[in-house]
Amino acid sequence: MTAAQAKLGALAVALLLLVTLPWWVGGTYYINIASQILLYAVFALALNVLVGYGGLVSLGHAGLFAIAGYAAALMLENGYGHLEANVSGLLVVIVASAVFAVLALRATGIGFLMITLALGQIVWGLAYRWAGLTHGDNGVNVSGRPMPFGISLSSATSFYFATLVVFLVSLGAMMLFVRSPFGASLRGTRDQPRRMNALGYNVWLIRFLAFLFSGFWSGVAGLLFIYYNAFISPQVSQLQSSAEALLMVISGGTATLLGPIVGAAIVVIMKNVVSAYVERWNMALGIIFVLIITFMPEGLVPGSVRLWKLAWSSWRRRAPATAPAEERAS
Amino acid sequence: MSQFLTLAVNSISYGGLLFLLSAGFSLIFGLMRIPNLMHGSFFMLGAYFGVTFLARGMNFWLAALVSAVAMGAIGALIERFLLRRLAGQELAQVLLTLGLSFVVADLCLMVWTGDPWQPATPSGLTGAMVVSGLFFPIFRLVVVLVAVAIAIALWLLVDWTRLGAMIRAGVDDAPIARVVGIKVSQLFTLIFALGAGLAAFGGVMGAPILSVYPGLDGEMLPVALIVVILGGTGSLLGALVGSFVIGFLYNFGQAWFPDLAYVILFLPMVLVLVVRPQGLFGKVVP
Repeated sequence: MTAAQAKLGALAVALLLLVTLPWWVGGTYYINIASQILLYAVFALALNVLVGYGGLVSLGHAGLFAIAGYAAALMLENGYGHLEANVSGLLVVIVASAVFAVLALRATGIGFLMITLALGQIVWGLAYRWAGLTHGDNGVNVSGRPMPFGISLSSATSFYFATLVVFLVSLGAMMLFVRSPFGASLRGTRDQPRRMNALGYNVWLIRFLAFLFSGFWSGVAGLLFIYYNAFISPQVSQLQSSAEALLMVISGGTATLLGPIVGAAIVVIMKNVVSAYVERWNMALGIIFVLIITFMPEGLVPGSVRLWKLAWSSWRRRAPATAPAEERAS
Repeated sequence: MSQFLTLAVNSISYGGLLFLLSAGFSLIFGLMRIPNLMHGSFFMLGAYFGVTFLARGMNFWLAALVSAVAMGAIGALIERFLLRRLAGQELAQVLLTLGLSFVVADLCLMVWTGDPWQPATPSGLTGAMVVSGLFFPIFRLVVVLVAVAIAIALWLLVDWTRLGAMIRAGVDDAPIARVVGIKVSQLFTLIFALGAGLAAFGGVMGAPILSVYPGLDGEMLPVALIVVILGGTGSLLGALVGSFVIGFLYNFGQAWFPDLAYVILFLPMVLVLVVRPQGLFGKVVP
């Protein structure tokens, strides 16, 4: 069996497990957690476009996530249908991403990070303080989920499948994106911006388009979020939410497709498990950050592989050393 | 007219506080290229230290000083044992300081609970000065004076002393500074401790005005960011001017457009980014 076949097989098994999940996972609570994981996986994949492939670390993506959610929620509240609400949510997030990108791409590296952080805080400030529009801290309630093709999404299982479909579409889009010439040129601007520029690529435009792509899928995740929670509040746009998303990307391993998904699963599961026992999720989040940075800076997936190999090789080295001793003894 | 003047005084005193906060942030960022996302936490933790000392009956200035020294020591430890290992890895530094800021925020919530603490204005500085029928709260004027005094002291330190020359050399070109024998690593620890101490000092000074509450760190950090983006990184003059600009915008925005006050704060940053990305007083980094 070649590596490609093994990969395909693993993918098929994973897909099968995902499709049959409601029947083996046991209980609505777990189905809901699975929906959350998929929802945040879409968000983490979107952020990974910039962080992993573009080398541009954004700390303002929760703002984009929230903008789409707020736009749709406010449309729904004012009596528009789900279709109009979702379409306008996505349009608004694309416009917002363009504004974010134009401002943030004045800089790269740390400058980019600080500007996106500040922009994300603006969104938070609007959501929190502009009570006339957003109801401030009370948030916006979203009543009812949409019924695509007449299928009700009100049960946990049906919503899980809807989320799974969106997740698979986004994963497919990411795969295409990574393999496309555009994805290659984005990686080029990450590694060698000056060379890319000399080769005649418009580095700024490539980054701008990548930002729009990333913002769009963040918005999609935001829409899933408001339908999952039936509620959106300023909390969603906090710096903490951006940091959580970044933790998903980095803990799983950047610039891979699997990494952000694993990261989303780890963070969502930990958040649910930790919050069930202690109320100190923020401290746990912080400590995890510090530990990952200190011990596995390359991400949990590659990091565990490295530590495993290290342990394995040191065990192997010890094994031959003990073997001759036994021979002598006999 | 009197409302205008009151707002102006508030703006200037808030600007003074912002300068204490952002001067250190700007130096740390300018010299060490460390985007210290726990600077707001230094401010908040320092303020909490201060109110605790005050609650034990300590003198206000002594409390501010002790809190600043304690925070400086904590800052030095963080720089020496955590950030030093990550030299040059900006993303890792960002995540580390962000993670630590969450830990600090949660610890503060645990120790000082969620209720806001507002110490009384120090005795002797209460009340207001009356100048031609207008009232100026004395404590706020004192805050401005202290901030200006510290600004002058910092300026003297950076521009007129040997240490300052070494700092400037480090800002301009750290590798060459090392080559000519400046111990840049020690400077880094010193600057980090100084920045942390200044932020804590500002936190205690601000406590009677702003009060101390959970989330203060998250509110102050973006403001420090804006000040530094506006004024240009590594520039003390930039931090000073930026602080007062933001101080005015914040107070007048709060009074005239309460819904949008927070957004108005960010407008000058946006403008500066578009017109002059290196900040008002920043140098173009090659």
